Amino acid sequence: MTKVADVLDALEGVRDPELDQTLVELGFVTDVAVEGATVAVRLRLPTYFCAPNFAYLMVVDARRAVETLDGVEVARIALEDHFTAEEINAAVGRDAGFTEAFPGEAQAELHDLRALFQHKALIARQGRLCDELLAAGRGEEDLVTLRLHELPAGADADRCRELRHELGLGADPEGPAFVTGNGTPLTVADVPRFLRFARLVARSLEGNAGLCRGLLKTRYDLTDP
Amino acid sequence: MYESKGRKYFVVDGHVHFWDASPENQANKYGEGFINCFYDYHKNLSPEEYVWPLEKYQKYTEDDLIHDLFEIGYVDKAIFQPTYLKDFYVKGFNTTEDNGALVRKYPDKLITNGAFDPRHGEEGLKVLEALVREWGLKGVKLYTAEWYGSSKGWKLNEYWSYRYLEKCEELGVKNIHVHKGPTIWPLNRDAFDVHDVDHAASHFPELNFIVEHCGLPRLEDFCWIATQEPNVYGGLAVVMPFIHSRPKYFGQVVGELLYWIGEDRITFASDYAIWQPNWLIEKFVDFQIPEDMQSELGTISDDQKAKILGLNLARLYGFEVPPEMQVKGQEEGAIGSDPLSVA
Repeated sequence: MTKVADVLDALEGVRDPELDQTLVELGFVTDVAVEGATVAVRLRLPTYFCAPNFAYLMVVDARRAVETLDGVEVARIALEDHFTAEEINAAVGRDAGFTEAFPGEAQAELHDLRALFQHKALIARQGRLCDELLAAGRGEEDLVTLRLHELPAGADADRCRELRHELGLGADPEGPAFVTGNGTPLTVADVPRFLRFARLVARSLEGNAGLCRGLLKTRYDLTDP
Repeated sequence: MYESKGRKYFVVDGHVHFWDASPENQANKYGEGFINCFYDYHKNLSPEEYVWPLEKYQKYTEDDLIHDLFEIGYVDKAIFQPTYLKDFYVKGFNTTEDNGALVRKYPDKLITNGAFDPRHGEEGLKVLEALVREWGLKGVKLYTAEWYGSSKGWKLNEYWSYRYLEKCEELGVKNIHVHKGPTIWPLNRDAFDVHDVDHAASHFPELNFIVEHCGLPRLEDFCWIATQEPNVYGGLAVVMPFIHSRPKYFGQVVGELLYWIGEDRITFASDYAIWQPNWLIEKFVDFQIPEDMQSELGTISDDQKAKILGLNLARLYGFEVPPEMQVKGQEEGAIGSDPLSVA
């Protein structure tokens, strides 16, 4: 039988697409209940007005992650305290896409939006890895010759590989460790500009995640863990 | 005016409100949700002693505003940025008329901007013209996430937006404050994306585009476009309060802004009553980029702070600044710094 812990494990793979952090670590999962083959998950967000497109992606991704577990027949995801909770929950519940959830208000599904933020996440993580290597004494030329499997082990490297796979940018371990937005290997001439922009994106994402955590804490009167 | 260590700073608060979000004025659950969301920003990022009870936050008085900005406040000039939200609030959240009434009582302290919504079409152009004539507007505040009927937002690079911006140009309304929010039409797009500002700024080089909260949560997109468009400015509303709760992040943002757009295109704002200007100003004048970040991000000088706190907006709005509070080189009125080549 499916256990709550299995569901939480599955949810570990579900991220806020805008922040590139998991729903669990962000504190967005408030409850998991298992009853036979039915799993119910409750989600919350930092504000009533968080963007509906990202909210939809989190709900639908949570459903996909939970329903693939062995022994689960029904996965019910309930987003709460959000201005479009009703539309999103109903649409995801009946397996409808984003355009069906918001008829007349959306023109397309959310592949492009998701890919845009996967690109941002990749550049941010690459930026952090570059800085880690430079701080460890490697030179800018090394950033260009390094192979993907040689990245310093850790969450950033793992996620870089995942993102490159998801974006179709090549995740061959022997491939270049760092790539630009369209997947071409980083060159020495690119490095200063690449680093400058990657740091900006990393700071932006980290800053946004910090704000979201703060607002969630205030909204639900949470104390620090 | 704020004085510190023998130096006097001329202060322009580029973004203040006089709103009514009381339950009587809330039109629906969205109006309630909107002010609650604002309140969480206020509570989360203000020093404890500056947090108001929700009832006061929903509707404060004229006396509160004058007291906080000017009596105990260091602000020399404050600019109202009206936000109508007529789908959320019966009489609107704060309109040009509401603000204008206060401006008539305190004309040497307050000015108001207007607003337009391109979805109002031909009729709205006439309304804008009348608004500009009545209130002598020098700027407008645009909220692209404003709901209107079945639409949840709009972009600047659309036919009707350009018609309105042409009208602004014709009427001498030069300062276009752009404020992004969480919704847009179509909803599948990133509502916070500021690339539409890029197009509009290229198309209207005589207008100044002040992007509120420096594009947050899309600081990276904002810096990328602003560095290439000399008429794009970064307004510090919402950025400022991080100086208290997350000073390291504030240092990063200011350092990045100085690098990408420079000291002449960054403008101070409190977003009153979300935050009160005094503590922001006091902390900003004492602020320095943290030492461990200086090798990359540099430092900030008192002259740069003076420009950000008031001189830049004084230039855009034509406010007179006492000579002793000017910064050398500022009088020439050069607009913008050179765009950095990043392409």
